[in-house]
Amino acid sequence: MAIHWFKYASPASFYGLAGPMIPWFAGAAVVTTLLGLYIGLVLAPTDFQQGDSYRIIYIHVPAAWMGMFTYLVMAGWAAAGLVFNTRLSGMMVQALAPTGALFTFIALWTGAFWGRPTWGAYWVWDARLTSTLILLFLYIGYMALRASIDDPRRADRAGALLTLVGVVNIPIIYFSVKWWNTLHQGASVKPGSSSMATVMLTGMLVMAFAAWMYTIAISLARVRSIIVEREQHSAWVGELLVAEETAGTSGDVQRSKGETAR
Amino acid sequence: MSFNWCLTPISVLRRDLLLTLRRPAELMTTLFFFIIVVSLFPLGIGPQPELLREIAPGVLWVAALLASLLALPRLFAADHADGTLEQLALAPQPLSLIVFAKLVAHWLTTGLPLTLLAPLIALQFDLPASATWVLVGSLALGTPIFGAIGAVGAALTLGLRGGGVLTAVLVLPLYIPALIFGAGAVEATLGGLDAGGHLSLLAALTVFTLTFAPWAAAAAVRISLD
Repeated sequence: MAIHWFKYASPASFYGLAGPMIPWFAGAAVVTTLLGLYIGLVLAPTDFQQGDSYRIIYIHVPAAWMGMFTYLVMAGWAAAGLVFNTRLSGMMVQALAPTGALFTFIALWTGAFWGRPTWGAYWVWDARLTSTLILLFLYIGYMALRASIDDPRRADRAGALLTLVGVVNIPIIYFSVKWWNTLHQGASVKPGSSSMATVMLTGMLVMAFAAWMYTIAISLARVRSIIVEREQHSAWVGELLVAEETAGTSGDVQRSKGETAR
Repeated sequence: MSFNWCLTPISVLRRDLLLTLRRPAELMTTLFFFIIVVSLFPLGIGPQPELLREIAPGVLWVAALLASLLALPRLFAADHADGTLEQLALAPQPLSLIVFAKLVAHWLTTGLPLTLLAPLIALQFDLPASATWVLVGSLALGTPIFGAIGAVGAALTLGLRGGGVLTAVLVLPLYIPALIFGAGAVEATLGGLDAGGHLSLLAALTVFTLTFAPWAAAAAVRISLD
């Protein structure tokens, strides 16, 4: 039997689908974060060159990966939204943007703290740093555009177009910055140029997995808020809010999912 | 009767050129902005000729970039305000072609004057003749990119609060490759290197942008008109 993919393109049914998934992803995020930090901070040995300062890698690299990857996911949803004209796609792009911007910012911030002991400077105009900074600008551009459009459907479509233009430009920006960098300054210290010990790599990958789980959990939670906010005048959200009110506690929103996931 | 697909774009091009030339003050404002911004740098940094020569490529390119940015609202804003843009979107000819015609008119009245003005300002920075020629060439190749990418941003922000600043935030990150290769070409010449590689990459970027940006801008116009 074919799966009806488009069934969950409806915000109402996706709301019901997303709700029960959030605790699982959030739980996985907590468990893998604790595991990854244990591997990274306790099991992994001290680096013979950088001492303990290298341990920021367990936050830095997963954040950088997640910041880049989230933009690609946003672009995927943006393309889906423009092609199929599904409302949920625009909401997903909107829900992912703050998390992607947050991870990109964390990558830059931890990079600065890591750069100080290893390179002797908080910031160098390294190709990867510069292109990550530009990625943050792209996130900010998307959020600024969204914030200044009142009509959510127009904001969806305009944001989707901007995201796609951005994703086409990302490789161009990356390579231009890379070539610019090699022309301008001599070799800067490249972290992790030597092969990593297995335990360090394991810790980093576990932390990367934790970042994925966190991103999924938080964007599902955010998209549920966006759905309720945007669909507040529809009948099903009205029923949902009434059900919540009678149940008394906000935790009981889950209970009404049976009626909404038709 | 055959369908004349280039009739509307050509008349749009003529009309846009005519409108700008009838109000030359707008055009002159952009040019003077360029001159003033460039003149601020020696005042802020100091008049040492070696230092000025070193920063000249970047300063001239960034100033040209900002001047192009300020000229962007001219592309669509007036047509959007009086409803012309809606009529153009209804035309049977492809909107991307009409946008392309508008871009050509825009470049002829913004990018080209900036390019022609650049050698004069290069004198202020004591650029040698070889670097000045490369500067003119790189600006001629690069300014169409500013218009084309800027058109997407200008179209997306039509009729929004704080349109101008918003456009800047959207398109400035996308201008970076053009800036790198354009200013890089002049810098390479200053350093006694061949600028050919930079100029080839810049030309490739221009062709790529002019091929795809009109479509994206046309789509952005349709989104804003909805």
